[in-house]
Amino acid sequence: MLSRVAESLYWMSRYLERAEHTARLVDVDVQLRLDQSPESGTERWLRLFEALQIPQSLAVTFDAPSLTHAVTFDRSNQSSIVCCVAAARENLRHVREQCSSEMWEQLNRLYLQMRSSLPAGNSAAHSHLFFRSVLEGAHLFQGITDSTMSQGEGWQYIQLGRYVERVDDLAALIGAHFNRLAQPPDQAVESAEYLEWVGLLKSCAAFEAYCKAYSAELRPLRVAEFLLLDPEFPHSLRFAVEMVHTALRAIAALTGRKAELPVRLTGRLRALLNFTPIEEIMSEGASAYLENVRHQCAQAHAAIQQIYFDYAIEPAMVS
Amino acid sequence: MPAMPASARPWFMPPFLNYQFDRTYDEMFEAPGVPRPHYRELYHTLLSSPPEELRKSQQAADLSFLHQGITFTVYGNQEGTERIFPNDLLPRIIPGREWRKIEQGLSQRIRALNLFLQDIYNDGRILAEGVVPRELVYSCRHFRREMRGLNVPRGIYVSICGTDLVRLPDGSFAVLEDNLRVPSGVSYMLANRKVLKRVFPALFHAYGVCSIDHYAQCLLSTLRSLAPLNCSARNEPATVLLTPGVFNSAYFEHTFLAQQMGIELVEGRDLLVHDNVVYMRTTAGLRRVDVIYRRVDDDFVDPLCFRTDSSLGVPGLFNAYRAGNVTLANAIGTGVADDKAMYAYVPAIIRYYLGEDAILPNVQTYLLSDESQRCYVLDHLEELVVKAVGESGGYGMLIGAHSTAAEREEFRRRILADPRNYIAQPTLALSRAPCFLEGGIEARHIDLRPYILFGENVMLVPGGLTRVALPKGSLVVNSSQGGGSKDTWVLRD
Repeated sequence: MLSRVAESLYWMSRYLERAEHTARLVDVDVQLRLDQSPESGTERWLRLFEALQIPQSLAVTFDAPSLTHAVTFDRSNQSSIVCCVAAARENLRHVREQCSSEMWEQLNRLYLQMRSSLPAGNSAAHSHLFFRSVLEGAHLFQGITDSTMSQGEGWQYIQLGRYVERVDDLAALIGAHFNRLAQPPDQAVESAEYLEWVGLLKSCAAFEAYCKAYSAELRPLRVAEFLLLDPEFPHSLRFAVEMVHTALRAIAALTGRKAELPVRLTGRLRALLNFTPIEEIMSEGASAYLENVRHQCAQAHAAIQQIYFDYAIEPAMVS
Repeated sequence: MPAMPASARPWFMPPFLNYQFDRTYDEMFEAPGVPRPHYRELYHTLLSSPPEELRKSQQAADLSFLHQGITFTVYGNQEGTERIFPNDLLPRIIPGREWRKIEQGLSQRIRALNLFLQDIYNDGRILAEGVVPRELVYSCRHFRREMRGLNVPRGIYVSICGTDLVRLPDGSFAVLEDNLRVPSGVSYMLANRKVLKRVFPALFHAYGVCSIDHYAQCLLSTLRSLAPLNCSARNEPATVLLTPGVFNSAYFEHTFLAQQMGIELVEGRDLLVHDNVVYMRTTAGLRRVDVIYRRVDDDFVDPLCFRTDSSLGVPGLFNAYRAGNVTLANAIGTGVADDKAMYAYVPAIIRYYLGEDAILPNVQTYLLSDESQRCYVLDHLEELVVKAVGESGGYGMLIGAHSTAAEREEFRRRILADPRNYIAQPTLALSRAPCFLEGGIEARHIDLRPYILFGENVMLVPGGLTRVALPKGSLVVNSSQGGGSKDTWVLRD
């Protein structure tokens, strides 16, 4: 597979995951805001911006509707949903002969539909529909991908991009929530706090899954354990890292390259998540731990870039 | 040409009420309201189907083009640079016997033109014998002296060709121009067919239309048959399609053909040349490339050899080509044979190499480098069409009948400044075919571009791209100038 093609598939997938993540976060937030006093709303905005890694300078100058606008429809914000979907589509457009026609048509349709819903997108009722359509569009695309594309090398880059992005997004989101708690208590949260924790779980599409595992009694320590270490839930950090590692092993086998670096880096990250108990993570500070996860994830990204996408020619000629 | 008086056409029934019929050849009607035999079934289907149904089909077709991203890029237009290529629902039907003549004529033409290219880039016999003037070849912008003495595989320079045919008022086909460099449009031919099969399934079946679905396979076998002798795998040479990239107007077609053939679609930056061998950069390391179907113009293929400011090409590619380590299809320098002034000599070229008369005639052409012809043309600009010899896509053209005095004066000045660069032809009454438009079914001018492949032998899929001049009265069918297209049905009869 051409390096450029692999790179485009990887980025396409990252952008789409990013769009889906942002849409879910903002959608949950818009819904929660209806239930809350304006003051706690502001605090949550700051947290949301931290989770989405948007500079705080933006956050203090805007009012709530313009903030929603900035992270969803604003074309000058490169990580707004609109820009992410457009970038995903542009990446796929460059390699459209590599994916199935159904995949391209779905992503193109999502893009066109999003463009046509832009002017009406500012009101709260509309924005919910808008977020739903982005989420459904992204899910449909993933389903179509899995059922129409050969699960060979190209598909593996799509997996890789999706889960690398997910690790990074989840770590930032969870970090933003746990930063303000020195020690998350292992007891049910107060009613004032309840909505915040529901919000966090819903932002990871995890509320229902959490309830199945632990019942609707929300304990911050359990929430942390679930979101960080659950081995089966697709939006847990551990699951996402496992998928990154699996995709990289498959790619190493398919390309037959003696390039162990990415696999070793993600193997180490995987061990970190597989073998550290939640109590230990929390006693050493969740934010430092998550910062470490993100750092290792960035290292893996750089290694992928260097081994598969943009390698030096002279050493490659020798082999 | 005067339109028939209104009283003379009561035979046109809805939805044909606004149908224009005069001395121009009409593909569907031989007389007002009287369809030609091979159009009879379509005619009756149209009379009996409610316009609303056709309109719905048209909308569904447009939407399917948009969703599939079957679009072309309009240059110099910021917003909405992707536009769908308008597709007309009504098929253009060609009886089998007419097609067979077209096929013979085009095979003859591509063989002769290839012999011509081989000759002028090697011995130059035809020049020595004065059949084609030497200065005409050497003054052509697309003549590449870098190609002198280079052996191309099988001696084939043009392996992929799209020739534009028009039907004259007497019903005969003539060649309007050859496209021997990087002809495009074949993907629309295939996409139109896919749509029409859905719109008129019963009619399609009843007509017995020849299939064109094997085009991609024919193209692949043509490309493979041209692999260099020392290629990496004799029976499966590594073949790629080189595109200028996503901003090129024909990018959809490049992706489509690569996908249909199952070959890599590469950009210049994916390739590199080392020791005169071409490699592509893959995730598994560097892989050798044997055959390149290049959709990049000569000027841009290699910045070390041609335009140094090209970022679309591959540095060193031409040296690898000269060394015989890679095949380029089409070869470099084929544009000299589709120069519009050279066109006038094609019948002579056919006679010279094959000893045959041209099966498909040319359109009368005035060479403006010739003094007496030039005088005549300058006196009759209003009746003629003047074209710049090296241009394509409907650019650089004067249609005398639709021009202003100032435009004619401008062209007179340009012609006198550089007569070699222009030719003139009579204004052709291109044949008309029925098209489904807003108000009903109306007649529009069309041409026909069949696609010819030449590898081990000459292959044509039975069909082509019928291009339509959609604005009323317009004679320009190019997509860049508001043209559309329709499916072309060649019958098995």
